[in-house]
Amino acid sequence: MINGIKKIARSQLLVPIIALLALIIFNLFRDINFFTISLITNNEGNQVLSGNIISILTGASELAILAIGMTLVTAAARGQDISVGAAAAIAGSVFVNILRSTQITPGVIIGAFVACCLVAILFGMFNGTLVAIFKIQPMIASLILFTSGRSVAYWINGGASPTVESPLISHLGSFIPGIPIPTPVLVVIVFCIIVALILRFTNLGLYTQSVGINERSARLNGINSVWIKMLTFMFLGVCCAIAGVIAVSRIGLINHETILLDIEMDAILAVAIGGNSLGGGKFSLIGSLMGAYIIQALTITLYAMQVPSTDVKAYKAIVIIAIVVLGSPIVKRYAAQLRDKLAKKPMKVTENY
Amino acid sequence: MKNDIVLSMRGICKAFPGVRALQNVDFTLCKGEIHALMGENGAGKSTLIKVLTGVHPKDSGQISLAGEEVSIKSPSEAQSLGISTVYQEITLCPNLSVAENMFIGRGNYRLVKWRTIEKKTTEILSKLNIPARAAQQLGSCSLAVQQMVAVARAVDMDCKVLILDEPTSSLDEHEVEMLFALMRDLKSRGVGIIFITHFLEQVYEVCDKITVLRNGEFIGEYEIKDLPRIQLISKMMGKELDDISALEKKDTERVKDAEPVVYEAEGLSSSYAPHTFNFEVHKGEVNGFTGLLGSGRSESVRAIFGADKPSTGMIKINGKKVKIAKPRDAMKHGIGYLPEDRKEDGIVADLSVRENIILALQVMQGFFKPFSKAEAEAFADEYIKLLGIKTASTDTPISSLSGGNQQKVILARWLLTNPQYLILDEPTRGIDVGTKVEIQKLVLKLAEEGVSVTFISSEIEEMLRTCSRLIVMRDRKIVGELKGEEMTQAKIMHTIAGEVKSND
Repeated sequence: MINGIKKIARSQLLVPIIALLALIIFNLFRDINFFTISLITNNEGNQVLSGNIISILTGASELAILAIGMTLVTAAARGQDISVGAAAAIAGSVFVNILRSTQITPGVIIGAFVACCLVAILFGMFNGTLVAIFKIQPMIASLILFTSGRSVAYWINGGASPTVESPLISHLGSFIPGIPIPTPVLVVIVFCIIVALILRFTNLGLYTQSVGINERSARLNGINSVWIKMLTFMFLGVCCAIAGVIAVSRIGLINHETILLDIEMDAILAVAIGGNSLGGGKFSLIGSLMGAYIIQALTITLYAMQVPSTDVKAYKAIVIIAIVVLGSPIVKRYAAQLRDKLAKKPMKVTENY
Repeated sequence: MKNDIVLSMRGICKAFPGVRALQNVDFTLCKGEIHALMGENGAGKSTLIKVLTGVHPKDSGQISLAGEEVSIKSPSEAQSLGISTVYQEITLCPNLSVAENMFIGRGNYRLVKWRTIEKKTTEILSKLNIPARAAQQLGSCSLAVQQMVAVARAVDMDCKVLILDEPTSSLDEHEVEMLFALMRDLKSRGVGIIFITHFLEQVYEVCDKITVLRNGEFIGEYEIKDLPRIQLISKMMGKELDDISALEKKDTERVKDAEPVVYEAEGLSSSYAPHTFNFEVHKGEVNGFTGLLGSGRSESVRAIFGADKPSTGMIKINGKKVKIAKPRDAMKHGIGYLPEDRKEDGIVADLSVRENIILALQVMQGFFKPFSKAEAEAFADEYIKLLGIKTASTDTPISSLSGGNQQKVILARWLLTNPQYLILDEPTRGIDVGTKVEIQKLVLKLAEEGVSVTFISSEIEEMLRTCSRLIVMRDRKIVGELKGEEMTQAKIMHTIAGEVKSND
């Protein structure tokens, strides 16, 4: 137990854990009802879970998925993709327009999803090519899609905000009858399990970290760094497609201008709050996931405090500055020194050196 | 004599989590003295220097400068007290001019008068006999001159104690001479110099005194004339020298021409090794590429491994024609390559010792077949034991190991792939004597087991000891091949120099 605590104290997850705890404690004192989860009947007559915690979990779904993809890109390419919001808008538009062209059945939804995944992977490959082959800074490379992506979505939608009206889609965006857990949350859970399996049964983790830490060395050990970077961008493409589909299903329409607007910044922030270096290399997906939920929890807390939605961003910024400074190397070093001082004695000593 | 002491460190202790890095270490430096700090990797040399320069706070002990006790909390504080350090890697800015590098970050000027600075720089350069111009871009100078500029910068900041941490490891012989001339000059001006190096020759060439550390403990301080090399080595290693002499006596008759050819290259070249060359490797043979630094040794073996893409050439492995265009191809055919630049090309810094050990084998195994944690752990444990790698655990990041242990990890990485042909480019650079001997022994043992090895080292003695055939290079061309009886230091020198002397 004590060892476990010590391990956490030295791990990169320390700051996100503290931030999450602080949010929880703050809310405990502010209003204990914040944590109430109740079973209510929604307007379709289903028994569903409701409450602030559920709102946080649901609301952060797109962000959580994008944060995972962003973490891998950051690790391998040593930079960030800022076009994820635009790519999700394109993917969502493709999804909606395929659905509108035919009778909506589960099979068609899956087909439309696969199609928008393929489109998003193509855009990922576009970014990946610029970064891996032409060695362009990821942020600059993705700037192209960032500025043009929503225009592409506009063309796909023919300038309108097309809607899809189908109970199947609204199930996807809210609840499946008989299951009280919101569908986006289920999607995130399934997605995380798949990612965990990928990391367990392939060398994606080792390769991305090796490429991100020392590309020359990785190459001399036979790793194809171009392919690995490309792979992470393609994976992020899939993440964009999933996020786009969730966002579209929530409201049943696609508005290319507002869908997942500014989410790239939150995704990058989630990676940073999770204690990951934006300079690439070693990563923790759990950290990024926590980062995503911390950001959402902060938003919901502020709404619960009746902060006007126009002011939320400013308050959010204040808290996030605090978290980021807390996780900075300087503060960490002081914390380590303080810890040594408190412990007084030097740490355990082994003879064999 | 007492008044001449510029720096005295007494009873210095420092512990890191899991490691007692320094225990009760003493160190005394006099005015106008070049004092070698010797010890194997992990002996505590770097830690002592870091304590002295305020990088690490000491746990206990005292440091006094010119008799006055001081407490040094940061490198800039050390700087202002007159303690300057020049590191192995140049820490100046190559894209700035020499003069800018000399005066950057000194902070005494609000407004910089470039003309004055250039004039002052020119004065210093000529005073110290450094062949560089003030306005020259630093990056265009040779490594040695850059190193000397770093020294000049340190000296000009009124330093009383100058620390040179492995300044010579990337310099060639002539450049080392230049640096030594500078050191002697500074010595005559009364600067106390702490010199850290792995080259014994250099210690005996310039130093006055030696302080030996071992396992973080102070072993002793000696006048250079009282401590013959053999004794120095045994003090550093803490054991008698049978091991080394056993290696020395090994017969040179290990020519393996009769054995089958494992690797054969015809007309091989790359953009970095522009002159085509032929090269073959016999089973169980240790051969070597020798020549001055920059003669194309490394570039040749990089072409063999596909580290630089070969532009021409036909390659046969075990008699069968194959294509080696990238490292992965070479690995598939059982070739391993330990690169010259450990930091840039070898280690994957933030990854653990375990991950660094399994990396190459894991890549060969394939993307979809990761080793389980238990398998990886078993591989790592096996090689940590086999090579005697000193690490707190298999989870320790490789960057926190000492240089020699990092090198052993890279060696372990390639041994684990069970290669039939292993290329070792400067495996012993920048590591301590004990590990050097261990690596040489390992090479010979591998050869006995039938592995072919190409061994490159800047120290000719080391190559004579291990290789049975030497390829001599000059100006990126192979200029000769020596084997058996012909392999003497003199003969190699002459071949490198291009003089034709038959009996020497």
